[in-house]
Amino acid sequence: MLRRLLNNLRWSVLPVPGRVIAIVFFVALFIFPLFTDRTYYLYILTISNLLVIFAVSWDLLSGYSGQVNFGHALFFGVSAYSVALLNKYLGWQPWMTIPIGTLIATGVGVLTCFPALRLRGPYLSLLTMAFPLMLMGLVMAFKEWTGGEFGIPGLPDLAATKVGEYYICLVVMTVSVLIMWKLTDAGSKYVRTGLIFHAIREDEIAARASGINTIRYKILAFVIGGFFAGLAGALYAHILGTVGLASLSMVMSFRAIIYVVFGGIVSIYGAVVGVYTLQTLLQFLGVGGTTFIGQNQILIMAVVVILILLFMPEGVAVWIRSKIERECPRCKLTNAAWRRECRACGANLR
Amino acid sequence: MTLVTGGVYALLAIGFSLIFGNARVINLAHTGFFMLTAYGLWYFMRNLGIDAVWAILITVPSVTLLGILAYRYLINPIREHHAAVLLMTIALAMVFQELMRAIFSSLYWAIPALIPGFTEILGVRVLNQHLLTLGIVAVVIVVVWLILTKTKLGIALRATAQDAEVASLMGISVPRTLMITMGIATALAAIAAVAVAPIWTIYPHMWTPPLVMIMVIVVLGGLGSIKGAIIGAFIIALVEVSISTLLPTYAYLKVVFAILAMVIVLSVRPGGLFGIMFEEERL
Repeated sequence: MLRRLLNNLRWSVLPVPGRVIAIVFFVALFIFPLFTDRTYYLYILTISNLLVIFAVSWDLLSGYSGQVNFGHALFFGVSAYSVALLNKYLGWQPWMTIPIGTLIATGVGVLTCFPALRLRGPYLSLLTMAFPLMLMGLVMAFKEWTGGEFGIPGLPDLAATKVGEYYICLVVMTVSVLIMWKLTDAGSKYVRTGLIFHAIREDEIAARASGINTIRYKILAFVIGGFFAGLAGALYAHILGTVGLASLSMVMSFRAIIYVVFGGIVSIYGAVVGVYTLQTLLQFLGVGGTTFIGQNQILIMAVVVILILLFMPEGVAVWIRSKIERECPRCKLTNAAWRRECRACGANLR
Repeated sequence: MTLVTGGVYALLAIGFSLIFGNARVINLAHTGFFMLTAYGLWYFMRNLGIDAVWAILITVPSVTLLGILAYRYLINPIREHHAAVLLMTIALAMVFQELMRAIFSSLYWAIPALIPGFTEILGVRVLNQHLLTLGIVAVVIVVVWLILTKTKLGIALRATAQDAEVASLMGISVPRTLMITMGIATALAAIAAVAVAPIWTIYPHMWTPPLVMIMVIVVLGGLGSIKGAIIGAFIIALVEVSISTLLPTYAYLKVVFAILAMVIVLSVRPGGLFGIMFEEERL
């Protein structure tokens, strides 16, 4: 077992720079609390981890299966609000409310399908954008229960210490990203969903003609997207300790989209890179909130997005990866860009 | 009130619909231009003390020019990708919002009415400002209608909307037509701002509520249809105003009902009331 792992590491991880970077990055995240005791840094990373789940779930729904959802905050907010309401009125503890909140968000994902399956393209985007705004209207209309613009404060913490919370979110993030990565892997031998999502996005009619029940797989995409976004929302509510309208706002929906498009759409690692550059880096640079960066985060983010769209439309992570890795033309294995011949079949790469 | 709100929504929605119909671009920065104009008016009239007419004459063309430039250099290069365009325009709107917040702070401002006083019509007192707004809206809608149906430019615009490739085969310069469309659309947003700035308050987030409403309207009426946009605008305005007068405590529900109306229409007719269903472009 251990030897197989080491062999894998030796022969299929170390020669590919992208995989090395990914593994080094995750190891660094896991040992990060050993180096710092500033809880604020841990807090920033915890929030980033939850946003990673959120962004990756958007990528799965909109990037892979092509159902461009502009109201992804719906799942996030529904879950956060149901967690908060269950906690406030029934006094349930996090270990019960988080699964329930996640399931409610999944249910909402199924409900969204009914109007969403009839529409496509821009109509679908605009319709889904409207749903969280509708819910925001409801929250404001029933202020006595939902707290209106002040939200619901006073939710219990996830764990006793900040380090505990950090590790819970990190583990959940790693597992969710792994699951979603496997689900969307088009070359996988065990799960067909990845290939089918690609087929639906590229050409739905052709996919249907090949005998795929596209309706069922679209619903599945909404369910998976809703589930993971809901998971992120439920955890987010407990980390922040309060739930407000911000979790349903248009800005929240667009954050997911901005991160994913920045990093590279239709690539799970792109979403991770997007969150960690735009969210985490800006937060670290803007610590204190008095610097120029701290005060103009949204402006900087928007300008960066415009520049990225103009000059690297496929996303930063994808662009970097295309610089450091090259696919062997004969055996389709990824190689480091600086190698002269393929590491498996010896074909000339230049 | 229904007429005033509906008229303003109609102006905004026509511009939104025009640019979608011609360039297949969903311009979420549309109300961003609307906000910029309102801020420009306020700045020139209140801070520099320039006369209202001059303020309008400066602001509207400059915002229109800005719209055309934004289209030329930011939107046109990525026009093929739907998601990228949406993101680009929303980022643009956010840049506008943040710039306005950074320059003028996030306080609430108001512009004095262009014409003070009120008139009595059939025993109901109507503010002159509201009448002026209505007048502007009516004139502009008629002018746009005439341009689209009677002039050579209008024919070129509609031809491009129907089929850009065939239009370009007929000798119409499609990129130029699209830039003119963007100019008209932005100018409509700017005029809407002129008409409504004295009634609504001015603040950096003022572009989001009308954006949601015009999106509902345009989807309800059918993307790319001018007639649908006008009719949808008045339907939604009626819903909105009647909710805020009948249920004042639940004024926040107006978005809910507006969206509900949209969802119902869309589940019956997935292309909106007067929409064109686009054939999926397959290669």
